[in-house]
Amino acid sequence: MRLNKIILSFVSALVILFSTSVASFAKVVGDKIILGAAISLTGKYSSNGVHTQNGYNMAVDRINSMGGVKVGGKTYKFDIIYYDDESNPKRAAQLAERLISQDGVEFMLGPYSSGLTKAIAPVTEKYGVPMVEANGASRSLFTKGYKYLFAVLAPANLYLDVAIETAVELNGGKPVRIAQAFEQDAFSQDVRLGILDAAERTGSKIIIDDKLPKELNDMAATLVKVKQMKPDVLVVSGHTKGALTAIRQIAEMKVDVPMLAMTHCDAAKLSKQHGKNSQYALCASQWHKSLTYKDDFFKDGMTYAADFQKEFGYDPPYQSAESSAALLVFKDAFERANSFDQKKVRDALAATNMQTFYGNIKFAPGGQNVDKPMVLFQVMCDASGSCENKVVAPLKWASAKLIHPIPKWSER
Amino acid sequence: MDFLVFQYPMITVQACLDGILLGVLFALIAYGMALQWGVMNIINIAQGDLVILGGYIAYFMYLYGIHPAWGVIVAPVIMYFVGIAIYKLVINKVVDRDLFISILATFGISILFMQLMNFAFGADVVLANSGYGTTMLFDSNVVLPNSKIFSAFISILFAACLVIYMKKSKLGRAIRATAQNARAAKILGVDTEKVYAATFGINAALCGVAGALISITFTIHPYMGLPYTIRSFMIVIVAGLGNLPGVAMSGMGLGVFEEFADYILGTEFRIGSVFLLLVLILVYRRFKLSRKREYLK
Repeated sequence: MRLNKIILSFVSALVILFSTSVASFAKVVGDKIILGAAISLTGKYSSNGVHTQNGYNMAVDRINSMGGVKVGGKTYKFDIIYYDDESNPKRAAQLAERLISQDGVEFMLGPYSSGLTKAIAPVTEKYGVPMVEANGASRSLFTKGYKYLFAVLAPANLYLDVAIETAVELNGGKPVRIAQAFEQDAFSQDVRLGILDAAERTGSKIIIDDKLPKELNDMAATLVKVKQMKPDVLVVSGHTKGALTAIRQIAEMKVDVPMLAMTHCDAAKLSKQHGKNSQYALCASQWHKSLTYKDDFFKDGMTYAADFQKEFGYDPPYQSAESSAALLVFKDAFERANSFDQKKVRDALAATNMQTFYGNIKFAPGGQNVDKPMVLFQVMCDASGSCENKVVAPLKWASAKLIHPIPKWSER
Repeated sequence: MDFLVFQYPMITVQACLDGILLGVLFALIAYGMALQWGVMNIINIAQGDLVILGGYIAYFMYLYGIHPAWGVIVAPVIMYFVGIAIYKLVINKVVDRDLFISILATFGISILFMQLMNFAFGADVVLANSGYGTTMLFDSNVVLPNSKIFSAFISILFAACLVIYMKKSKLGRAIRATAQNARAAKILGVDTEKVYAATFGINAALCGVAGALISITFTIHPYMGLPYTIRSFMIVIVAGLGNLPGVAMSGMGLGVFEEFADYILGTEFRIGSVFLLLVLILVYRRFKLSRKREYLK
């Protein structure tokens, strides 16, 4: 009986301790600025979720060790409360509610993917919580008039229109014939809208316009059409599975097309999984380590990549780089606002105009970053079969010359 | 709507050949499902997830430098024991219950497998490169990846071996006897418990083969199992239980149907058209059954 009482009081003490410690997790405590983030640590986005978290953690450590954030003459350090959203938009929205109303978080970092950001944005907007996100590129996020949403990355419709413009340029300024296949999700469909705009601008014609299902693992039908109709450019976007499936089947079916433009090549580890078959693919990327943007914390892309490699044991994909950049933006905004008032921080964020190792950051009224162009890289392999991604556009940062047209399979 | 497939006759040929090669692979998965459905009266919702697990076995062999084609031998061996384990842990508790309970149980297994695979192998889409070339036909207007031909060939080989095994071996006869009448088989000395376990194991092994072939031909991902479950379910209800030629024909039919749906309606409706066909067939069968005034258990 006595033992029971002891256990009971022990447990209740624990509960009380736990509840007070939860309640004390608020906004700015002591010298800590607490940010909240729901991240996909499990579920189908877990690999990119982890890249995002690693990017956030790397920046938190770096900013804290280099003097932290100075507000009102006092130095603060960043800390992040993470929850696992299980790659599920509903769960993400619940967790955002929880972070704000239970944990008292006053500033948020974004989750991974456009879909989850879309789920969280209405919540942060409702509570007036500024959110800097680094992994939601869907155009629809920036047309809803959100006031508290800021994205360090370029919107999805800009991913591949550079490719179309390059193709037209290489065609002597004459319009090109485009074949395209896009997965049916918010992100890929936005990429598609960008291509439609670019086609209209350049007078190019879209001759194949396929939509790919979510469970995509076979796009032979599209490729057969491409073989028959011989377009000048083939554009494919369907996350990592789209990139992997396209390369596998293009190689197997020996589809010859002068230009192949895709998204998610680095996330799909194309050059590793497909080796020489992925050669000449053009890929849209938010960032590449060879870009020469600079900041005081990470110096430049090459240094960031080396430091990241040292800490996490792999080459940083752009998802990590942009996540790190989100914290640099927050730090800058806090210092300019010189306050933790959400409204003031929001206004400071809106007035951001800075350069980070990831690129220039300046927000349009819709919240998207308008000062950082996308880059295109091309997979290039040497004779030994080892492949590398080399930036080919825009020309300002190009480290290699675009190979165009892609050699025919019979000549490789 | 897109009628390109009729404008270019070569596309029609391509679609038919692709469909048949794909359909043979589906038929292999469906045959496993038909077998255990017939013997144990269990509809295995986790069928597709067993396929994907088999795919990961081939993928890991590929990662460690072994040619993934060996997966068609290794994966079924491992999957056989996985199947037996699932039977011992879960299925033997629901095997005599009604169909609904077994569907729920296998649905649970399916979710568990998806999450475990996601946890263990990560959420990345992966594939195993076989390095097999391509066969060009008709002045290279029709292209068949050799990996697809290899898959179809191996599927037929395994199906044929299984048919012979079921006819000739002692266990095969016991399985067939149990399928016909479990109680009578028991009375005549067949250890039905063992038969059930073996049947589930054989089904898992077939899924393993199919998975290894899919990792060579397409891509695999922890959450990609359900379409394979649906396809095999459909093939089985069209063909009926214990009807191997029927399963093969309906598998190829489904493959060709999918390819044509893909060309005509668009790739986005590929899986959707399978679901639609499933609904139509179920409605039709129900209609036919009610006309016949028969009740099929």
